[in-house]
Amino acid sequence: MAHDPHSGLHGLLAEFTDPEHVVEAIHRAREEGYVHFDTFSPYPVEEMADAQGVHHSKLPYIVLGGGITGALTGWALQYVTSTMVYPMNIGGRPYNSWPAFIVVIFECTILFAAFSAVFGMLALNGLPAPHHPLFGVKSFERASQDRYFLYIEAKDPRFDPERTRAFLESLNSSEVSAVEDH
Amino acid sequence: MADVHQTREEEVKRMLRPDIVGAGHTPTTVTDKIATVVTAETPKWWFAGAGMAFSMLGVFLISVAWLFYKGVGIWGINNPVFWGFAIINFVWWIGIGHAGTLISAILLLLRQNWRNSINRFAEAMTIFAVACAGMFPLLHLGRPYRFYYLLPIPNTFDLWPQFRSPLIWDVFAVTTYALVSILFWYVGLIPDLATLRDRAKNRFAATIYGMLAAGWRGSTRHWHQYEVASMLLAGLATPLVVSVHTVVSFDFAVGQVPGWHTTIFPPYFVAGAVFAGFAMVITLSVPLRYLFGLEDFITQRHLDLMGKVMLATGLIVVYGYAIEMFIGWYSGSPYEKYMIWNRLTGPYRYAYYSLLLCNFVAVQFLWSSRVRNSIPGLFIVAMFVNAGMWIERFVIVVTSLHRDFMPSSWGMYHGTIWDWSTYIGTIGLFLSLLFLFIRFLPMISIFEMRMILPEANKMKKVN
Repeated sequence: MAHDPHSGLHGLLAEFTDPEHVVEAIHRAREEGYVHFDTFSPYPVEEMADAQGVHHSKLPYIVLGGGITGALTGWALQYVTSTMVYPMNIGGRPYNSWPAFIVVIFECTILFAAFSAVFGMLALNGLPAPHHPLFGVKSFERASQDRYFLYIEAKDPRFDPERTRAFLESLNSSEVSAVEDH
Repeated sequence: MADVHQTREEEVKRMLRPDIVGAGHTPTTVTDKIATVVTAETPKWWFAGAGMAFSMLGVFLISVAWLFYKGVGIWGINNPVFWGFAIINFVWWIGIGHAGTLISAILLLLRQNWRNSINRFAEAMTIFAVACAGMFPLLHLGRPYRFYYLLPIPNTFDLWPQFRSPLIWDVFAVTTYALVSILFWYVGLIPDLATLRDRAKNRFAATIYGMLAAGWRGSTRHWHQYEVASMLLAGLATPLVVSVHTVVSFDFAVGQVPGWHTTIFPPYFVAGAVFAGFAMVITLSVPLRYLFGLEDFITQRHLDLMGKVMLATGLIVVYGYAIEMFIGWYSGSPYEKYMIWNRLTGPYRYAYYSLLLCNFVAVQFLWSSRVRNSIPGLFIVAMFVNAGMWIERFVIVVTSLHRDFMPSSWGMYHGTIWDWSTYIGTIGLFLSLLFLFIRFLPMISIFEMRMILPEANKMKKVN
């Protein structure tokens, strides 16, 4: 980042072996006034999300939108083909025989909603992201296995290479690493 | 079943229940144990097993090649039994898949966390079973190279599917089911693919797993969206799985043939599907936990619980048999009455008796906790159910069709060698996919196992 005053430094990463310590660290970081930080864990930890104040998700609305689109698509597909482009008279039944269309409408609803859930989740998380500066830190590979991390980004207004490092070291962390911008 | 009025205290106690994961495990040991199965040298028995599976897959390819060359006449289907093995196998495979969705979706919504160690391979089983099931209606088309007419695709003939037919509903239901199952499975795999990426021993493996993991970092914000997505997918998959076998049963129930035209079919088919699926999960998990030494994760308690689910769904299926009998008599219709009489005393009576032996008599042994807790006992019952559910579909398809309304159009049906080779061939396809899966992907969800460890739950204080 060109505007970064600490050129080359993307942030500081503290490693923890215990989920309780990282929850405590989140509270401390918020007290200190840090805003551009995130935590990492090898499985979802409810208490970490609570501490970080992560509660809301737009995903249910995206999925609802997907489901409604699916239902309308399913109905439109059947209505247009059965009444307009390929009408078939079967024993005098109405062309728009909606009760018989319910199954396909239902399946389209589920299909579109499920696709919205998966791609919506990925999009909201900014994935796929083939690269991230954190992958440059060797110890970060344990974030997907058995370690917990707190990461404070250099763009945080309260960030200072020395003071932030001292703060992170005071937090029961087992290791603090600098994350290079590359 | 989860008690909705459960207190926080009970919930915490249940989360920490020690018997769903062996004592002394931490995220480190769980990760090592499961990921090592993928990253270690290929065990010798894998080559033996995969070799056998691939040979059976070869049988499938030969059968299909001959079918494409000669046409469906190589099968035993005739007038009046047009459906034969293809539809029996289709329903059998689809049913097997249902336990995977039940375990991954319904048990997730009910917070039954014992599912965490069996959901991954149960979902894999779903996808592979649906792949096998999907073969049969296509091969049975007669002109399989025109399968795309099943789909609503604009074409030069201006032809469109008939949306009032259960057969087209089936196309939508099974396609949706296959796609949603793959999505659900993939979403569940993302964090574990990241684990494999980070543990990969060479650059090639790291690149492949890394691309599949889509750059997953395990951020708390990401986990939050991830969990919301999982719950939504579970909520969507639950009605879907019920709808799929309901629609499959409509293929029969909407027809007028005695033995098919009944309203009990949808619930009876759904229960039968879960019943058959749990039998298959037991059939697969018993050898897998032994071969990979995963007894700490797929414990005796899992087998016991799966036995109970099998017993409960088995009893629903037996209720379905009883109601079929009762309605056959109570309807007063001579055709319905004859259908029942023909099942009990007709040329296919032995199929019906074997069905009762496998799905009714054998399952009653599961009342005994000694049988449920004995691995050979449970495995034998599961094998009976696997066979019994195939015979059930044989009875439904063949005995109903071979003698319908007019005695002048009665006939007999027998599978030919090509029917059997195609069926055995799809078992080969299923096993081949399974062997590839256990070799290249973690067969137990690693991150969900971490979630049920004491370390992950120690902050859940009772207040």
